[in-house]
Amino acid sequence: MSDTPFVVVEGLHFSRGDKEIFRGVDLAIPRGRITAIMGPSGTGKTTLLKLIGGQLVPDAGRVLIDGEDVHRQSRRALFAMRRRMGMLFQSGALFSDLSVFENVAFPLRVHTDLPQTMIRDLVLMKLEAVGLRGARELMPAELSGGMARRVALARAMALDPELILYDEPFVGQDPISMGVLVQLIKRLNQALGLTSIVVSHDIKETLTIADYVYVIADGQVMAHGTPQGLDVSEDPRVSQFVHGEPDGPVPFHYPAVDFYTDILNSGGRR
Amino acid sequence: MKRSKIMELGVGLFMLAGILGLVFLGLRVSGMTLQAPGDTFRLEANFSNIGSLKPRARVTMAGVTVGRVSRIELDTDWYDARVILELDGDLEGKLSRDTTAAILTAGLLGEQYIGLSVGGDPETLADGDTLRDTQSAIVLEELIQQFVSNVMSD
Amino acid sequence: MIEQITSLGRRGCELLESLGRAGIFVAQSAVGVPSREGWHLWLRQMHFVGVLSLAIVLVSGLFIGMVLALQGYTLLVDFGAEQALGQMVALSLLRELAPVVAALLFAGRAGSALTAEIGLMKATEQLSSMEMIGVDPLRRVVAPRLWAGFVSLPLLTIGFSVVGIYGGYLVGVEWLGVFEGSYWGNMQASVSFIGDVGNGMIKSLVFALVVTWIAVFQGYDLVPTSEGISRATTRTVVYSSLAVLGLDFVLTAIMFGGLT
Repeated sequence: MSDTPFVVVEGLHFSRGDKEIFRGVDLAIPRGRITAIMGPSGTGKTTLLKLIGGQLVPDAGRVLIDGEDVHRQSRRALFAMRRRMGMLFQSGALFSDLSVFENVAFPLRVHTDLPQTMIRDLVLMKLEAVGLRGARELMPAELSGGMARRVALARAMALDPELILYDEPFVGQDPISMGVLVQLIKRLNQALGLTSIVVSHDIKETLTIADYVYVIADGQVMAHGTPQGLDVSEDPRVSQFVHGEPDGPVPFHYPAVDFYTDILNSGGRR
Repeated sequence: MKRSKIMELGVGLFMLAGILGLVFLGLRVSGMTLQAPGDTFRLEANFSNIGSLKPRARVTMAGVTVGRVSRIELDTDWYDARVILELDGDLEGKLSRDTTAAILTAGLLGEQYIGLSVGGDPETLADGDTLRDTQSAIVLEELIQQFVSNVMSD
Repeated sequence: MIEQITSLGRRGCELLESLGRAGIFVAQSAVGVPSREGWHLWLRQMHFVGVLSLAIVLVSGLFIGMVLALQGYTLLVDFGAEQALGQMVALSLLRELAPVVAALLFAGRAGSALTAEIGLMKATEQLSSMEMIGVDPLRRVVAPRLWAGFVSLPLLTIGFSVVGIYGGYLVGVEWLGVFEGSYWGNMQASVSFIGDVGNGMIKSLVFALVVTWIAVFQGYDLVPTSEGISRATTRTVVYSSLAVLGLDFVLTAIMFGGLT
């Protein structure tokens, strides 16, 4: 493993309508490690993953994966590049018309010419890894949220990608399945030597598995460092976020005029 | 696997039904025939007035359809209409030379068609011959005019 | 005043942009190397879009043929021309009613379902995740639906015509007592296969392309919320119906209106 970062994001600008989401984001994601990207809700973390995956095109800046610019590829080359990536969506995003088995088999069927028996073995292996080998005949509608996410993880790993993007893997999970997922992500990363990017705002879980952390707020990288480093950070904004204090430099309120002025002016207008 | 077989069967039947439907529209509705062109022979007939006879109109004999009008053109030698008939090949060499052709109307305002009636001549018509004895279409206006002038002169 | 003109201009630009997107979209979807896998997907959509629409299309066709015969008979009998019933029923069905009504029914039955299905796949990130797996959703999801619609509607239109003509036969011949020979004979004398059946089929192919295109594009381009899906579904039905009726006038003028 070389020391050059696997994913490099340089000077990324992106806006949606009039709203500026990123104003110059620079990231370097090391190879073979778990990198967490954290930040309050609504800072566009999912958007960042879509930019890395090439589903959205930035206004300025570039994203390099293993030295290749994602947004300078032809449509065909981009799809070829995506075979080396896996992405775990927040909702799981399983194909609702295919069974669990077929969902995991899907990437294998479309990208390889493997014989049926080998596909079967591979799928069962991946499902075994997420502990859902017994659920292979179920349809996605019959799964709980946590199970759906584990199946999606098995599907994302089906082609043994080099890079996995996790979009909020811990949101809305009960403590047990949260624990299962945390263990899974860590174990998979160690066993397969993957590069992982975890986008999350669940501080405790994320800090336990991440090797390196970026904190994004206000369209820019606010802080970065190892989990231990961030924990003892002097920066008041970082320590507010890492320790989960309700109000501080990162305001609790959405920007608005002063409360009293607003109340007193309410005569007739909203 | 079994469900997908049933689905494939359904789609297959659907497409087959579509093709059969098209065949039905061709044969039954637009009156095309599957007979090879060799199975027919042609006769010509001149009419002084064909009324509203159109190509592909029926040619009947004793009410039975035996052919179709294949083409209608103006004969510039006589300034009348030359109608080319396409008749069933079985009839070749069986129609007498003095067969007559008349333009008839199905009902008062219905389609116009050609009725053939056989005469007694022992010699028969061959491919490309012309029918000499023809009876033109009845044009309603002429009929009324005739009727009116008859009444006036009485 | 200037504001209104500006907003008109903005609308115009948005319309052009959306048409351009739709054009690129259909071009990217339609060109694809058909594989064995693609054939299966197409077959599945044929079942969903075609076979399952068959019942409603055939029943409508039967009733429309019967009504045509009933109305036509009362009109024609005044002129003593009830022999022309077959001709009237067949020509109205083949030239106009079958392509148009089948397309409208198709837009309501299959078009709206296509929009909602693709829209839901988009809302649940299935399309995104397919992209991230490295499979182009235009090829995998949109193309089979587009082709299935394009093939199904002409077949449904043929079914509509056949059943409609049979319905006219039931009412005209079996019930009202028109002579059977003149029902078919008149029809055969006046219907031309190229001119009437063929032109009807061309209309149907055009409608099939337009309706499926609108349906899948609305599904693919919608705002992925429940409100967005319901709006897009409505738009599919409204736009398709308007497009079918408008194009029908244009095509009729070209084919039968003596414009050359």
